[in-house]
Amino acid sequence: MGSIFNLQQIINGIQIGSIYALISIGYTLVYGIIQLINFAHGDFYMVGAYAAYFAVMFSAARKEHPNVLIVLLISMTAGAIVAFLSNRIAYRPLRYKPRLSALITAIGVSMFLEYTSSAIPAIGPSYRAFPQSALIPEHTYKIGHAILSNYQIVNVSVAVVLMVVLTYIVQYTRIGMAMRASAQDKDAARLMGIDIEYIIDFTFIIGGALAGAAGLLTGITYPRINPYMGIIPGLKAFIAAVLGGIGSVPGAMLGSYILGFSEVFGMAINSILGEGIAYAILILVLIFLPQGLLGKKTGEKV
Amino acid sequence: MKGKETVQNKKIPLFKKRDFQLLVGTVIFWAIFYTLTKFGMMNLYWMHIINVSLIYVILTTSLNLINGFSGQFSIGHMGFAAVGAYTSATLTTIVWNLPSHGVGPFSLFILSVILGGIAAAFIGFLIGLPTLRLRGDYLAIVTLAFGEIIRVTINSIKFVGGPRGIPGIPRFSSFTVIVIFTFLSVIVLRNIIYSSIGRALLSIREDEVASELVGVHTTYYKVLGFTVGAFFAGIGGALLAHLIQYINPLQFGFMATIYVLIMVYIGGVGSLSGSIVAAIGITFLSEGLRLGLDKLDQVTPFHVGPEWRMVIFSVLLVATMLYKTNGLMGDMEFKVLIPEEEDENAKHGA
Repeated sequence: MGSIFNLQQIINGIQIGSIYALISIGYTLVYGIIQLINFAHGDFYMVGAYAAYFAVMFSAARKEHPNVLIVLLISMTAGAIVAFLSNRIAYRPLRYKPRLSALITAIGVSMFLEYTSSAIPAIGPSYRAFPQSALIPEHTYKIGHAILSNYQIVNVSVAVVLMVVLTYIVQYTRIGMAMRASAQDKDAARLMGIDIEYIIDFTFIIGGALAGAAGLLTGITYPRINPYMGIIPGLKAFIAAVLGGIGSVPGAMLGSYILGFSEVFGMAINSILGEGIAYAILILVLIFLPQGLLGKKTGEKV
Repeated sequence: MKGKETVQNKKIPLFKKRDFQLLVGTVIFWAIFYTLTKFGMMNLYWMHIINVSLIYVILTTSLNLINGFSGQFSIGHMGFAAVGAYTSATLTTIVWNLPSHGVGPFSLFILSVILGGIAAAFIGFLIGLPTLRLRGDYLAIVTLAFGEIIRVTINSIKFVGGPRGIPGIPRFSSFTVIVIFTFLSVIVLRNIIYSSIGRALLSIREDEVASELVGVHTTYYKVLGFTVGAFFAGIGGALLAHLIQYINPLQFGFMATIYVLIMVYIGGVGSLSGSIVAAIGITFLSEGLRLGLDKLDQVTPFHVGPEWRMVIFSVLLVATMLYKTNGLMGDMEFKVLIPEEEDENAKHGA
């Protein structure tokens, strides 16, 4: 079998982990503040991928060379807008209703995004090839036996830059402080004069933007997109967030990279193992470490 | 206190009036459609839709026991249906290779349906035990992952056809069989809901910490409710397999579960009557929309695909949650589905 822990696998693991990290941060931020598993989060990622697709197609039709940064901005904006709207339309009216109703609504929103996309003729239910070479021409570099493409470099570096920016926002700005305060205690935060609804909007926007960016990055590295592409990565990113400790941003990043590596190495050993390893991790974490790696253990409030 | 004694001293008759009414109603329903089909006055296509809708009644009421009455949130219900369907279809089609008539094969089919239910219940127990100890929303994600695990597992088992599925299942699920199973499932679920188990589940739904403090063994009852729900899902899946005569792993995917979930929440959280009405109503609405969208596709210049059906359902689901959080029937029941002793209890405020 040779060594499965070779450089190529490490590169792939970092790259998949980066995409999971961008998605799972959105899950963990939203869960931290309103305790909602936002099932539609994977679909924000799909919206980001399609926004990038149409942006690239549009500039290709006008015989222009699309700027990567502008396309990135477009997909982030699209993800943010969809996240903002779904919060305002579907989740906000249910804020003080039982938590399960928001969860069901999240499933409804997810279905709505998927089926509307596949019902709109311009998008359609079938797979489309993402025009990644129109965006960035491919170069590959050989490092020993491993092959590294510039797509992977773009992928990882954009993800890392976004995560650094996010950490800065959450840790060192006033609004980040307000977010952390709201996650700790919503009612106390409101008494301190924080506009909770504004913070929740902002959280959805950040989460949606990161998911949108992940959509573009996936489009570049795995150039096949369809309206249901968000379901499985969304589920796996959620598992990563649970593994890292839901509610904790560093936890989500750590969990995502662990999940990425385990999937890549699992896949190298056996394809079924690779497919199932995320779920095995989920079950093990829930049995032995329900609060996750970096999460705080919380008692039940009476 | 005096009232309570009279309740206990009252002799319970062998045939309760409402159970009798329910039985007679079901028999009349069965007789009407049975005669109509026998004399060829009923379109076989709509007969098939009626059969499917009755199976959905089993699936929806059993999911309502988990999601509605005990307040858990399972989204892997069709995974249990898959276990039931695959267990029974493997037995009847691959292992025993039964012909589709005869008393012997038929009784083996009934046995296989029950075994399918037991297999689903066993898997439900295995999943429920570790997960139900945790906070409610973890169950959602584990059951979602479970659906994927089932798909991956079935895909990799060559003996049951892998991704190809099992074709040529004998058609044992006749209208009569389905009516009997649906009737029994609804009665059993109703009896559970109005028993001490049902009360325990309701108390867990209303306030888990409080019910634990008054001595309800919450994990035990949650796992019990979950297992019973999985059992009936397995029965429903087994009947479905022998009705449409072909199963594959994709049939029981996440979207199939969502369909049942929509029925539960639109019908009413904690209302068996709501689940029954919604299961039948939405199955027919879905078929009606299919026909309607086809018509619309023919008369309008642009393409109107069947995908819009699911768009409509998702909007319905979100709208129900926003404007009528507990579903259309809330927790109201048809009177015929409430045991008579309950009236006495309600009168004495118990």
